[in-house]
Amino acid sequence: MTIQQAAARTAPGADHSAGVSAVPMVAFEGVGKRFGPAGEGGFTALADIDLTVARGAITGIIGRSGAGKSTLIRLVNGLEKATTGKVIVDGIEVGGLGEDSLRGLRRQIGMIFQHFNLLSSRTAFDNVALPLEIAGVDKAVIKAKVGPLLDLVGLGDKANRYPSELSGGQKQRVGIARALATDPKLLLSDEATSALDPETTQSILELLKRINAELNLTVLLITHEMEVVKTIASHVAVIDAGRIVESGRTFDVYANPSHETTRTLLASALNLPEWLRNSIKQVPSAGDRVLVRLVFFGETAFKPLTGRLVAELGSDVNILAGGIEEIGGEPFGSLVVSYSADPAVVARAEQFYAETGLTTEVLGYVA
Amino acid sequence: MSLEMMISLILKSLGQTGQMVAISGLLGSLIGLPIGIFLATSGRGELFPAPMVNRIIGLIVNATRSTPFIIMVVAIIPFTRFVTGTSIGTNAAIVPLTIATIPFFARLVEAAIREIDKGLIEAARAMGATPMQIVFKVLLAEARPALMAALTMTMVSLIGYSAMVGAVGGGGLGDLGIRYGYQRFMPEMMLAVVVVLIVLVQLVQSAGDALARSFDKRNRKN
Repeated sequence: MTIQQAAARTAPGADHSAGVSAVPMVAFEGVGKRFGPAGEGGFTALADIDLTVARGAITGIIGRSGAGKSTLIRLVNGLEKATTGKVIVDGIEVGGLGEDSLRGLRRQIGMIFQHFNLLSSRTAFDNVALPLEIAGVDKAVIKAKVGPLLDLVGLGDKANRYPSELSGGQKQRVGIARALATDPKLLLSDEATSALDPETTQSILELLKRINAELNLTVLLITHEMEVVKTIASHVAVIDAGRIVESGRTFDVYANPSHETTRTLLASALNLPEWLRNSIKQVPSAGDRVLVRLVFFGETAFKPLTGRLVAELGSDVNILAGGIEEIGGEPFGSLVVSYSADPAVVARAEQFYAETGLTTEVLGYVA
Repeated sequence: MSLEMMISLILKSLGQTGQMVAISGLLGSLIGLPIGIFLATSGRGELFPAPMVNRIIGLIVNATRSTPFIIMVVAIIPFTRFVTGTSIGTNAAIVPLTIATIPFFARLVEAAIREIDKGLIEAARAMGATPMQIVFKVLLAEARPALMAALTMTMVSLIGYSAMVGAVGGGGLGDLGIRYGYQRFMPEMMLAVVVVLIVLVQLVQSAGDALARSFDKRNRKN
């Protein structure tokens, strides 16, 4: 089976853009989750979660460790049960399902894990076959199905290898093939790239992106790395202390972060040089300079604004870091500059920003 | 005593030891395996949650394991007679040996299964596996090397235990060593018995290790 055939079977006649329809694949409605006893002894992992995951899209949930994202993703396939509210997957409320129907639903939801969770006693082939065996699929059918899946993830020649003979990236590819074995309509990714090096991370993200496009498979991923969200997610939700603090199109959230947590997460993705990150102060002392991030996107991306800023403030503008990247397919530039914290200079700069519509953010102060 | 006589006595005793160890090892492991699986999977929030039953079985297992074997042999004579119709001989000895093997093997199985990464159980649940499928397709499959090691350890212990059942006329190598080597002052018989036991334990251990290795795919290199 080629990817195209698989895609045709999963979503007949649907092209990618039409796949993003109005009915969400997953909807959280006022979801809360408490662990332990009610009252004092318990722990609230999630509260008031209202979130939808668009069909056919890649949605990222980002947050620091302990923010509740692992619990959140496990509510989708019923590995955890919500204490309050509803989790609805493709029109079915997960909390209302009995064990048997829950198992049926799980067979339509693939999941990949940070530590791959492959069986060490099974070859790559047999690992991919496992969900099919569990679903009671005929041996001959399994045999016909697993090979193409391994081809799809680029491991056609590794079918008889055991996990211990594979690299981290290859293990995750087996994990992805395994998650796709039962033709799921939704793929859950639990920190799937967090144990991988940056290069391997990129190749796994590329694979997920390709699968999303070619199989029209909805992907919900959780991560603590902004880089992951930026690279593949079209939509993002930021979770902090068990609550969704911000959500929307990745580009919008990235360009205009409104919550403190988002900014912190973004800061680590800004690629500020180490020395600069360490020398940022939140309170200026005499003679310090303001450190400002200028963001270029949409209209401002194509104007020669940097030169004009330098002209406006005199030659006192120091460019410290910056770059242009693509987020959700749109160009996005960011430039970190410093200039005198003298109130007159700052006021001139702010007036310039207001006139040109440039988005800026004061990161702090440096000596 | 002639050499031929000694050899024939040793062979006969070796046969009895083999019979006792093989049968009680097989029966004890077959019964101990599900008990061990249950102990490892019936805690709160696990596959077959039944914390109360878990605690009760755990207590029984501990009680059996802390009873000195020689006392158990004597204490369960009525039960042995009920099962085999007699309280002496090799067949009768198999009963206490089996009963001692069950909790021993069960605890080893429990430990082997608890070793397995919880992530694998979660992955199987996420695939829609039933608890029974998880036991057979994940836990037992992944624990195979450790189970093989547990079986080897059980067999080796049984060879030691089987020396004690001479007390109920069970025969076997240990019995031969005591009766001829010690009570009849035949140090050469004692030595021969000890050597045969050492060789036997070595063979069992090596065979078990080799099997465990062949099951173990965790450290394969290209």
